[in-house]
Amino acid sequence: MLEIRNLHAEVEGKEILKGVNLKVEAGEIHAIMGPNGSGKSTLAGVLAGRELYEITEGEVIYKGRNLLDLSPEERACEGMFLAFQYPVEIPGVSNTYFLKAALNAIRKYHGLEELDAVDFLALVKEKMQLVEMKPELLNRPVNEGFSGGEKKRNEILQMAVLNPTLSVLDETDSGLDIDALRIVANGVNKLHSPENATIVVTHYQRLLNYIVPDRVHVLVDGRIVKSGDKDLAFHLEEQGYDWARDLHEPVENES
Amino acid sequence: MSTEAQDLEKLTGGEYKYGFVTDIETDTVPKGLDEDVIRLISKKKNEPEWLLEWRLKAFRVWQKMKEPTWAYVDYPEIDYQDISYYSAPKVKERPKSLDEVDPELLATYEKLGIPLKEQEMLAGVAVDAVFDSVSVATTFKEKLQDMGIIFCSFSEAVQEHPELVKKYLGSVVPPADNFFAALNSAVFTDGSFVYIPSGVRCPMELSTYFRINTLGTGQFERTLIVAEDSSYVSYLEGCTAPMRDENQLHAAVVELVALDNAEIKYSTVQNWYPGDKEGKGGIYNFVTKRGKCAGVNSKISWTQVETGSAITWKYPSCILLGDNSVGEFYSVAVTNNRQQADTGTKMIHIGKNTRSTIVSKGISAGRSQNVYRGLVKIMKNADGARNFSQCDSMLMGDKCGAHTFPYIENNNSTAQMEHEATTSKIGEDQIFYCNQRGIDTEDAVNMIVNGFCKEVFRELPMEFAVEAQKLLGISLEGSVG
Ligand SMILES: Nc1ncnc2c1ncn2[C@@H]1O[C@H](COP(=O)(O)OP(=O)(O)O)[C@@H](O)[C@H]1O
Ligand SMILES: [Mg+2]
Repeated sequence: MLEIRNLHAEVEGKEILKGVNLKVEAGEIHAIMGPNGSGKSTLAGVLAGRELYEITEGEVIYKGRNLLDLSPEERACEGMFLAFQYPVEIPGVSNTYFLKAALNAIRKYHGLEELDAVDFLALVKEKMQLVEMKPELLNRPVNEGFSGGEKKRNEILQMAVLNPTLSVLDETDSGLDIDALRIVANGVNKLHSPENATIVVTHYQRLLNYIVPDRVHVLVDGRIVKSGDKDLAFHLEEQGYDWARDLHEPVENES
Repeated sequence: MSTEAQDLEKLTGGEYKYGFVTDIETDTVPKGLDEDVIRLISKKKNEPEWLLEWRLKAFRVWQKMKEPTWAYVDYPEIDYQDISYYSAPKVKERPKSLDEVDPELLATYEKLGIPLKEQEMLAGVAVDAVFDSVSVATTFKEKLQDMGIIFCSFSEAVQEHPELVKKYLGSVVPPADNFFAALNSAVFTDGSFVYIPSGVRCPMELSTYFRINTLGTGQFERTLIVAEDSSYVSYLEGCTAPMRDENQLHAAVVELVALDNAEIKYSTVQNWYPGDKEGKGGIYNFVTKRGKCAGVNSKISWTQVETGSAITWKYPSCILLGDNSVGEFYSVAVTNNRQQADTGTKMIHIGKNTRSTIVSKGISAGRSQNVYRGLVKIMKNADGARNFSQCDSMLMGDKCGAHTFPYIENNNSTAQMEHEATTSKIGEDQIFYCNQRGIDTEDAVNMIVNGFCKEVFRELPMEFAVEAQKLLGISLEGSVG
């Protein structure tokens, strides 16, 4: 589904990603772990098409197409979803309105009819149960005045409604208490299917107790230095990132 | 810039002639202004002697006045002797049907979702030939008449209700008030008149749409609305589609009078030709709008969405004379390219426990300049007066400007005032967030800007609000990304 080959990217002339390789198949869950500042959000942003980053080398193949040729909205319409580390507030625009506009933009892209208000609301109500979100948040402006946990749940609600093929969750666990973490993880697990794939970006192993990954990758200083199965996460927890940082040579990603 | 934005520019640009054009073939007074011209205007309109005297007095005052220069706007000097001050409607040039109208103009109307009949009206199609909703207007008029409501052109009011006009004309905006008001008082040709008798709640929004006989936007319009005790009226001015208009200078005066327990809601959507990308052409809109809450518990509410004109100079204001009276000002002002807007309000608290609310949203794009200028004045006897002001500015790009000048004069220690102001740049983050959810940049900007203006739009009558939102999108097309 997704293949990243030797991806290099820079911000304001500073190289952040220094040759990332990664292959994700449908039905898989991958975890990307790494210390702060190692380039995890940069990788997520590059995949989603954020303009800030300049790609200097490498390629990304998504569903057989060159992902980097697509605009951010085309990527979204093609089923790529990014749950933001810092969800953005849009004052005055209700959550429902925003979500409906998003869903209908994607439907339009696929030549489907727009969903009317009644059908849309039914869909949202159903998906809201998945993340146990308070109904009143629907009519509030997008993310404005939401608690950290509410923002993260809102991201997963959007994911549930938009039904993406490839989801990248950037630190969705940060700022969540243990109950909220369980709810969010539960939601992500329920949305997982053999047809889609999920990349979970996290700093802590904690989340991976709830979302069990097929593969774990360690990103340090813009390179994936080690890949393995879920046990790698436990190993990291015990040894810390210093252990990974000591791996001078990047390890070939064999999945 | 998107091709749509270019199209829009092309078509609005194509519809307007720059400068001051006069047509000798029509019933037009030669260029220039002196007492004879004013006498001629008054005579052509068959006005009573007192009105002529009123005009002449205004003219003599105007001659001694200087054009104001304090506003944050910049334009070449206007030669007031190079304008023709009276021109009968040009029937000859009008298209006979929509088939003869520029298809691009029609495309914009389509985009705004304007019904066919209204399209004909706006495009200046010879109304009497094809516009059969005259009967609709007549039906409305009869209904209003039954309730004692007067809604007619200003000229008609002068003939039919001279005592009302005489009583209230200039009672809120005296001729000597300012340069443009004085000029208007001397030379105004037409406008609207509304009178709501006491205890009557006007059952429909009064819109200039229905007053087709004076549809062509007058260069020097005069509007007077009087709401007697315990009456209510909602008045809609303007329309969201670009209109045919050949006058560069517009200097209108609007006066509102609300007596005891009366309420007037005045909504404007202004979308006149803003000039081309370099700021050439475009309308100068120098308006004086003021309401007097003369009675106790009266209320006047101004809501405006200003997207057009090259220069807007406009401060809809409230004089809160009656105890417990309420003044409101809700404004969205959008400037793009080289547009300049200096707009805001004045709230003058005179009565006790008077309250005012100001919500101003300025959006600047391109190389435009957007100014909020407001005055809240609390007089000595206005015990318990309260004001809340909120002025938010949004910048799109880094070549435009937003400026806020909130003046406060407080002469009463019991007054309570709250002021909030923000300036923000339209966020790349916000746009990217929308993009990432499948929404393209144009729609994203539209959504974000409309969200920013929400507090104002919700004050507009429903249909108007929907059109205003679309209009905002069109005005800002191509300004980001
Ligand atoms: N907008 C930016 N401008 C300059 N440097 C940036 C910007 N965004 C990220 N960086 C830098 O890129 C590096 C990687 O950041 P990031 O991808 O956010 O790391 P992570 O998500 O792994 O914590 C950091 O050194 C950070 O300072
Ligand atoms: Mg990060």
